[in-house]
Amino acid sequence: MTMDWKAYDPNGYFDELIDAKGGVRPPARQLIQCLDSLPPEEIESRRQMAEATIQEMGVSFTVYTGEGTIDRAWPFDIIPRTISASQWRTTAAGLEQRLKALNLFINDLYHDQQILKDGIIPSEIILESKNFRPECVGISPPLNVWAHICGTDLVRDGDGEFYVLEDNLRVPSGVSYMLENRAITKRVLPELFEQDDILPVTDYCAQLFDMLKSLSPRDVRKPVIVVLTPGIFNSAYFEHTFLAQQMGVELVEGSDLVVDEKDCVYMRTISGLERVDVIYRRIDDLFLDPEVFEKDSVLGVPGLMRAWQKGKVALANAPGAGVADDKVVYAYVPEIIRYYLNEEPIIKNVETYLCDDPEQRAYVLENLDKLVVKPANESGGYGMLVGPHSTKKEQAQFAKLIQDNPRNYIAQPTLALSTAPTLVEQGRLEPRHLDLRPFILQGKETYVTTGGLTRVAMKKGSLVVNSSQGGGSKDTWIVASGEE
Amino acid sequence: MLSKVAERLYWAARYLERVENTARLVGVYDKLLFDLPRDVNISWYSLVELNSATGPFEERYQVRSEHNVVKFMLADDTNPSSMLTALSMLRENIRTSRDVLPVESWEHINELYLYAQNNIRLGINRSQRHEFLDQIVCRCQMFFGMLSGTMSHDAPWQFVKLGRDLERADMTTRILDAGAAALQQANGDSSVNLRQVVWGNVLRSASAYMSYRRSVRLSVAGPDVAWYLLQDPNFPRSVAACLTQLKISAGKLPHSKALVDEVKEIDLERYQIETDADLGRDFRSYLNDLQIQICQLSNRIAQTWFPA
Repeated sequence: MTMDWKAYDPNGYFDELIDAKGGVRPPARQLIQCLDSLPPEEIESRRQMAEATIQEMGVSFTVYTGEGTIDRAWPFDIIPRTISASQWRTTAAGLEQRLKALNLFINDLYHDQQILKDGIIPSEIILESKNFRPECVGISPPLNVWAHICGTDLVRDGDGEFYVLEDNLRVPSGVSYMLENRAITKRVLPELFEQDDILPVTDYCAQLFDMLKSLSPRDVRKPVIVVLTPGIFNSAYFEHTFLAQQMGVELVEGSDLVVDEKDCVYMRTISGLERVDVIYRRIDDLFLDPEVFEKDSVLGVPGLMRAWQKGKVALANAPGAGVADDKVVYAYVPEIIRYYLNEEPIIKNVETYLCDDPEQRAYVLENLDKLVVKPANESGGYGMLVGPHSTKKEQAQFAKLIQDNPRNYIAQPTLALSTAPTLVEQGRLEPRHLDLRPFILQGKETYVTTGGLTRVAMKKGSLVVNSSQGGGSKDTWIVASGEE
Repeated sequence: MLSKVAERLYWAARYLERVENTARLVGVYDKLLFDLPRDVNISWYSLVELNSATGPFEERYQVRSEHNVVKFMLADDTNPSSMLTALSMLRENIRTSRDVLPVESWEHINELYLYAQNNIRLGINRSQRHEFLDQIVCRCQMFFGMLSGTMSHDAPWQFVKLGRDLERADMTTRILDAGAAALQQANGDSSVNLRQVVWGNVLRSASAYMSYRRSVRLSVAGPDVAWYLLQDPNFPRSVAACLTQLKISAGKLPHSKALVDEVKEIDLERYQIETDADLGRDFRSYLNDLQIQICQLSNRIAQTWFPA
């Protein structure tokens, strides 16, 4: 399909594959050459093949609707998004730096709170955060690491630089889709992998396993690791089974676990009870243990917090780690990096206005039509106001929400999210906005995925990439071709 | 191994075997259509009766026609033991056990599921039913073969085998029952030829025709067919062979003594079959007793390894 890339118009946004003059960016050269050589009917047949593959592989996610839950096939665009390996190396270093600092920060908050005493962050921001858990004060988890698995959302602005949009330190999901996207692309566009130097993504699960193993409280050669899922109705259930399967560990639900009077955790097996050392939990803090949090939660395990507090079991991520992914705390991350590491942040934050601050609030209220307003503690793109796409009525609603509870809101300028060519109707390629979620692990060592999960807003002009709200995804290539 | 996972695998294997054997069961009657003189009527409704599903059938249909019975057996979601119901239960169990199964399982089961869903009309209408049923049987066997060839033969595998052999033993008694029922219905005209046709097709539906000829070395006759499918120690779908396998699999799991003892108590020689006259109502009630005993084995399995 010979595309006239001069006519491809990203509308002034930074495009991942095509530069402003219609030229192809170096990491995408082989890819575009290959696409150009395929006739349109061939591209269409590859697209259908991808669809069939996704159905057969059963790659799905669950959507909640009024009538219950639906299992939907994963929406996927076959055109990969490319990033040069040299740019990725810098970005990865920035992500590691960020997670290290955040872990020092969380550990400090639950011990001496030196950063609050030094006045770097106002104490009330932390103490009023609904993700600060008094139950965690004074606890020292293995290696003093709290957030072992982090999914950080990156966006590229008009200047082509990566910015951090948010850190997800509670139960970030999406890594299985990153791996499946690659598996699908290998089947659909196999010829590309022969010509191009695309770095592999496959070692994530092995890295995750080793990291979890390093947390074991018992010094045994083969600690027992499990993945704790809220169950089949969770939107990320597919991922939970995927990870358990890839790591070769048991996938358990709360009802499979039991804590005894000595605060040890066991799972119910065909030969009786078996001790558990490390739990990769995919359940929110508040549902972990009905003895401590939500009393009528049936997802969790009574006594799990006691077991964790006594150091009899490791939880990843540790309870309370979410205090650092509050969107108000986010605004302070550059300061946090300087404070703990004495380094300049490698990746920048997106400019952020805190509604709690009277001056900044006034600015936000005056510019609601230009800004994106986010609640401090929601995820999945819920409860947001995208100013330029909003009605006067919605803006008025948000003005009231902000005035009633300023601590709970932040605002950011509407970003000029970068685009990439995406297959739309009749085999045409059009620019669509996207972001990137790499995953970072920290145990004894740190590790960053090669690339990450690229999410695409499939609707023309839309900036919302969440799969629960009509977003799709693409394979992400870190390309080393043409480098030293 | 988690009790819950063991339970799911056990049931996944049962459903897999049920899907395959429901196709075989419908196949018994389907094959008869080709071979019987047109004036002999076979009652399709027997298939519903021998699956103890008359209640749900009556709720749904007024006419006991071939079309309705086949639709009920293969496609109905109101029938808890229809092929498609079993298939979606199978898929659900595989979906929730993916962490202990070979990676290919989920993909394989999706292919089977999509094939059955998309082609179910072929099964309901007569013209291509045979091909459709063959495909189902074949794809089920491929799935099991894949598990057998790639799954570590440790505890999870033993639960797969327990489920398979228990369900298979049960379904073999039903396939025999289908033959007995067809002859009972066709009463009055049960010439030697008709019996041969029916029992021959029972064997074919159990993929047992060739091995029967070779190991029994007699022409096809009801009493010998019944003996073969109940008691032959070597044919993998005979009830005796399934029970032997149950003992072997159980023996590799902890706390299995009670189950093994119960399997040993099942006496396949209790009911004596000497002539075709022994394959009537008493035979069918004997098969029913066997099904009850098999069901008790399943209860024992649940008590032993999946206590609530």
